Amino acid sequence: MSHVATQETHGHPALQHHFENMEQQREAGTLGMWVFLVTEIMFFGGMFLAYTLYRGTYGAAFASASNHLDIKLGALNTGVLILSSFTMAMAVYFTQIGKSRPQIFCLLLTLILGLTFLGVKAVEYKSKYEDSLIPGRLIPNRPFGPEVAHEGDHSEHKLKLLGNATLKQVELFYWIYFAMTGMHALHMIIGAGLLTFLLIFSIKGRYGPEYHSPVEVIGLYWHFVDIVWIFLFPLLYLLGRHFEHM
Amino acid sequence: MSEHIVPVRVYVTIFLVLLVGTVLTVAAAFQDFSFRFGTHEIPFNTIIALTIAVTKATFVVLYFMHVRYSSRLVWVIVTSALFWMAILFALTFADYWTRGWLPVGY
Repeated sequence: MSHVATQETHGHPALQHHFENMEQQREAGTLGMWVFLVTEIMFFGGMFLAYTLYRGTYGAAFASASNHLDIKLGALNTGVLILSSFTMAMAVYFTQIGKSRPQIFCLLLTLILGLTFLGVKAVEYKSKYEDSLIPGRLIPNRPFGPEVAHEGDHSEHKLKLLGNATLKQVELFYWIYFAMTGMHALHMIIGAGLLTFLLIFSIKGRYGPEYHSPVEVIGLYWHFVDIVWIFLFPLLYLLGRHFEHM
Repeated sequence: MSEHIVPVRVYVTIFLVLLVGTVLTVAAAFQDFSFRFGTHEIPFNTIIALTIAVTKATFVVLYFMHVRYSSRLVWVIVTSALFWMAILFALTFADYWTRGWLPVGY
């Protein structure tokens, strides 16, 4: 009896000694990742709470500030991230069925799409910098102070204040915008690092139908980061568009 | 292995649903859906945007993240996240929304 158990325990080189078999190890890993993601949800939840509170208080300012964001780049990034989630899911699929080449290709594609997202984000941040929209005095010699558009002023770089909005309240929106998108971007950078790690080991042929926990678990993380953006995009970019002609 | 392998057509369907959701949410944002209900201004645009976002997120969680095919334990963990989020929002707003209900010095 014990002989059989010993054989099973040493069935796969990746099996850790404290697990009975690969199946148990995989389930424990998935569960652990989900527990971590719950803490991540609470972490982002705090920022979503701050957003909700201040948007409820300074609605007009939030709409004015949001309308200044680039909706085309925001929508493009949403598409890029959804596509990257799809390629990540496909990478897990190809690992499960043991197709090595498509697996590597999908991981590479996911990594490239993640980096594309970060590139577009950098372009957006740069234009906010040029319009002096970085809140507070984070940037030397460029404190928060966008030019405000007046009647009949159609310059794209000038901020149109709606209703009773003040610049101070608009600045609050940008604090929240940079905190949330910045934290999201940091998660993307970490995700890109993890994907690079996966890519190296998948090229070495480490993952297959028997052992694919790392691909699956990092996939979970990647999808989570996608979900955060699914909420950030409408809440930050689209909230005041229907006031455009006010 | 008891593990479920999700077929490719499911992944493709979810991907298309997510794309359609993104197009819908952008299109809906430019229409004014807000209306008055009694003395209240109902921000229906936000309700539409959040409904689409929650739907998209649910599809990602159930299919891309395999929760639909996962053990009960994973379901409990995922639900607990929503539960704690609900507490975070409910208790905070129980404070903010009720400020000023009682006169100062009461």
